[in-house]
Amino acid sequence: MSTIPIFADESWRLPSRGRVAMFSLIIGESAIFTIFVVAYVYYIGRSTYGPTPQILSVPIFNTVCLLSSSLTIWLAEHAIERGRMRTFAAWWALTILLGIVFLAGTAREWTRLIVHEGLTIQTNLFGTTFYSLVGLHATHVVVGLIMLSLAMIFTLLGRVEQRHAERIQVLSLYWHFVDAVWVVVFTVVYIVSR
Amino acid sequence: MPARLLNLTGTWRTMQPGCSLSSSRSRLCSVALLCLCAAPVLAEGAQSTPSILAPASTPAHEIYNLSLFVLLITGSIFAVVGGLLAYVVVKFRARGADAEHEPPQIYGSTQVELAWTVIPVLIVVVLFLTTARIIFAIQDAPEPKSALEVTVIGHQFWWEFRYPKLNIVTANELHIPVSTRGAPEPTYLSLLSADVDHSFWVPQLAGKTDLIPNHPNEMWLDPHEPGLYVGQCAQFCGIEHAKMLIRVYVDTPEEFGAWAKNQQQLAVNESAVAAGRQVFESQACVNCHTIVGTPAHGTFGPDLTHVMSRATIAAGAAANTPDNLHAWIQDPGTFKPGSLMPAMQLSDQQIDELVAYLSTLH
Amino acid sequence: MADQTLPIPGSLTATPTRGAAFLEWLHGWVVTVDHKRLGVLYVVYAIFFLLVAGAEALAMRIQLAIPNNHFLSPEFYNEMFTMHGTTMVFLVGMTFIFGFANYLVPLMIGARDMAFPRLNAFSFWMTAFGGLLLYFSFIGGFGLYGMGSAPDVSWWAYAPLTAKAFSPGHNTDYWALSLIVMGFGTLGAAINTLATAFSMRCRGMTLFRMPLFVWLMVVTSGLTLITITPLTAAQVMLIIDRYLGGHFFDTQAGGSAVVWMHFFWIFGHPEVYVLILPAFGIASEVIPVFSRKAIFGYPVMVAASVAIAFISTSVWAHHMFTVGMTSVGNTFFVLSTMMVGIPTGIKIFNWVATMWGGKIRFATPMLFCTAFVFQFLIAGLTGIMLSVAAWNWQLHNSYFVIAHFHYTLTGSFVFCMFAAIYYWYPKVTGRMLSETLGKWHFWLFFIGFHLTFDTMHFVGILGMPRSIYAYEADRGWNTLNMIISAGGMIQGIAVLIFAWNLIDSYLHGKGAGNDPWDAWTLEWSTPSPPPAYNYAADPVVRSRRPLWDIKHPNDPDWKYEQ
Repeated sequence: MSTIPIFADESWRLPSRGRVAMFSLIIGESAIFTIFVVAYVYYIGRSTYGPTPQILSVPIFNTVCLLSSSLTIWLAEHAIERGRMRTFAAWWALTILLGIVFLAGTAREWTRLIVHEGLTIQTNLFGTTFYSLVGLHATHVVVGLIMLSLAMIFTLLGRVEQRHAERIQVLSLYWHFVDAVWVVVFTVVYIVSR
Repeated sequence: MPARLLNLTGTWRTMQPGCSLSSSRSRLCSVALLCLCAAPVLAEGAQSTPSILAPASTPAHEIYNLSLFVLLITGSIFAVVGGLLAYVVVKFRARGADAEHEPPQIYGSTQVELAWTVIPVLIVVVLFLTTARIIFAIQDAPEPKSALEVTVIGHQFWWEFRYPKLNIVTANELHIPVSTRGAPEPTYLSLLSADVDHSFWVPQLAGKTDLIPNHPNEMWLDPHEPGLYVGQCAQFCGIEHAKMLIRVYVDTPEEFGAWAKNQQQLAVNESAVAAGRQVFESQACVNCHTIVGTPAHGTFGPDLTHVMSRATIAAGAAANTPDNLHAWIQDPGTFKPGSLMPAMQLSDQQIDELVAYLSTLH
Repeated sequence: MADQTLPIPGSLTATPTRGAAFLEWLHGWVVTVDHKRLGVLYVVYAIFFLLVAGAEALAMRIQLAIPNNHFLSPEFYNEMFTMHGTTMVFLVGMTFIFGFANYLVPLMIGARDMAFPRLNAFSFWMTAFGGLLLYFSFIGGFGLYGMGSAPDVSWWAYAPLTAKAFSPGHNTDYWALSLIVMGFGTLGAAINTLATAFSMRCRGMTLFRMPLFVWLMVVTSGLTLITITPLTAAQVMLIIDRYLGGHFFDTQAGGSAVVWMHFFWIFGHPEVYVLILPAFGIASEVIPVFSRKAIFGYPVMVAASVAIAFISTSVWAHHMFTVGMTSVGNTFFVLSTMMVGIPTGIKIFNWVATMWGGKIRFATPMLFCTAFVFQFLIAGLTGIMLSVAAWNWQLHNSYFVIAHFHYTLTGSFVFCMFAAIYYWYPKVTGRMLSETLGKWHFWLFFIGFHLTFDTMHFVGILGMPRSIYAYEADRGWNTLNMIISAGGMIQGIAVLIFAWNLIDSYLHGKGAGNDPWDAWTLEWSTPSPPPAYNYAADPVVRSRRPLWDIKHPNDPDWKYEQ
């Protein structure tokens, strides 16, 4: 996918359609997350019974992993722009790994909450808003990982080349968005509401 | 279905749209508007039209006066812009041969654009300030000590009215005292809901306010003229939303006193209808209905202690006659399919006895 | 497949058997990624559901023609008004606008297709499937009252009526799920339109030389991104409440019914601007051509459209004036709502100014657009009346509100859609629609529309609330309701004439040629219908009206445009 138009005329530059599309998707997704965050924030302290955010433990390690994955994916973008495909593959794989670690950590946290603290989505308002918001984010991490893994497979098959750098950047944009959302969710859930 | 089951009987007085208007111009506007709307109304001889144009209480009056002012402004805008459009359509039609050449191309004009931006902004400022004043006047009016307090609880598909200071519980038909300048006695309503969203709307007395579960609201009325004012639920609340009617009886102080005194009494207990009372107390009726002075303490359905003091049953769905009562108890779906009262599966004789009993509950 | 255009009726094809030819033709339509075909699919879908939702409206009007009627049961009536609203907004409104956007945007900017043709197809089929899921609800189960399980909670589906406790059947589920599915389609279409308009313009076409329809679709698509998504979020929350035991709107557990209202109207209000902005775009194309003048104040029209989109995101709680917000809260939304009227009014003035000094030809598209300007003026003014919160406390949820939004939706949106169809049908099919039938359609629809919706204002002022399946005989509403119903029937006849016109003209209409209206934007430089690749050579433009420049080489636009 190259910049449109197809004739090589430097004086007529248009933005790349992939970037415009990804920005638009991110704006739409931000709106969805905003609604869930607003619901979470509005309902802080309004559960009439059941566990409160005090039972949460701050997921420092998880957060470090996820935010580092933004760094590693940026390094991967950097590498493919310069044609260093093996470096690119390494950083890309590390990003996926960090994402998987994040999801594993979330799974551990939820198991603890459900089994030991008795907090489920139906327990009370806190349970409903917590699992919905964090779960919505986790779903986006899963979708992101699927996309990244597909790119990984194509890379391992030797199909990805330097000229695909822009597409990789567009995909990375999505991943950066997922991380940015985590910053917001983390702050609202684990810092503000506790 | 025979027409007589649908007739609403009961007392009501004719309402006069009596109010003091601030200026002769708004009087003229209102007369014109009334004629426009009244023509079909008068043709049908309707005496219970819940018209916004016939306010009978201060909030309704305030809104009405404001609406005339807004109508004046919007009407003027319509006349100007609509007139220009009409002029353009007539004057600048393509005519025959002169359609050969294109007209002069005009791409825009900064002055004109500025003019027709600034003028609307000024209009908005005026409208906004006027509206804000009325909002605060109605919504934030302080409650005087002499106010009558009524708690309104919305149910699917009926209205519960409680007068906490008078120890009265009734349903669907609200009695409130008239409030004159000399003896002001506004009624303050607390609005709650037992299930879904409803809205209390009696146009001649006030704007509507919603009844939302877990979200108490308040509104006030101070009707100036005795009479019957009708309204209905104005927020879709389920299958029989259309049949959740409201009747507000504005009484003179004496009438209200008499009504309240009666409502405070225990239920009439006549031995002649003991059989019916027996049916009531032994069937599932007691699970949903209250009759004060008997073992019946149910709160899911309307309080029936003084059911004969009401002109209608089923929140206005039918007139309160023995025949209608019989049909209702036999199968509420006759008047209100989807009503939450089940068909009681009683025999005809049982229902006759019940109706005889209920008919004594004045 | 890539070189197949719309078949010119009556001509021979080269395929051997009729059956095989038919299957091949059908296959072509099902797998197409051509923006023109997808555009046609969207618009045909929209017209079909316009008839269906129109029938639903007529069923309601028969029920309401006389007091305490028994034509429809309460449950079925409630399903009718819910489905009528939901269908009209999503299956007619959204599909019309993205259908026209699909067809016209690439042509108008000199591109060969949309930015993402496969996403385009995906978006259409998601939308189509969502609609079918919505209508499947009628037969997908007996329902609680034997009337099927079509949604019956009104199109705004307030909580807690939609909770499992109060809506134990599947009606609400069909509503939520089908709209979520359609939402994905809409999101895809919006993203695609933005990418196309920003990234695929031909040489010389700066943003400020794009036709106003493209601009309005850009603004609409941007607004859609933050409009549809809150609805999706709220509906996911509703489903969590209904199926996973969540408490978002569970008032017993501390949840809030008002939160649903906020979320819904944060979607619901901008949504109506999503619908009307493309209609503005259509009017901004048709009115100049038939007035023989450039649009008056192009930059201001762009700025006003952007302003409308921005301000419209701040007005939502004017649907909630009676909910019990504080007086300060109410006042804020009065101000924001009145403010959105300013750029809207400016647009009306600019259209009138475009017509001023022109040489107006009142062909059918122009008839519809002129009526649109008139009706939108009234709609805007009743909107101002409704924005006066105190007066709103009387008018809210009454037939006055129904009158207002039908003035904006039927009287403005649908009139513009009709104008668009009469205007671009020749381009799409190569045939002209019959002017005679068009005028019959227009006048009957105009008369029926005003009979119905003018009268509705009055019956609302007389205290008739909305969403009621029957009304009392002694409220003074009887004659007015009869008039309203009669007007509805007339509109129905008009739309049937329109449907007949579409079909008959396709078979027997006069040949259109490239440019039957002597218009000025790029799509009129292609054959009718355009070939699959649109332009043999990428166009190069120097002004907003490239064909005007070609037709008037001594007096081109680029000499005068600011």
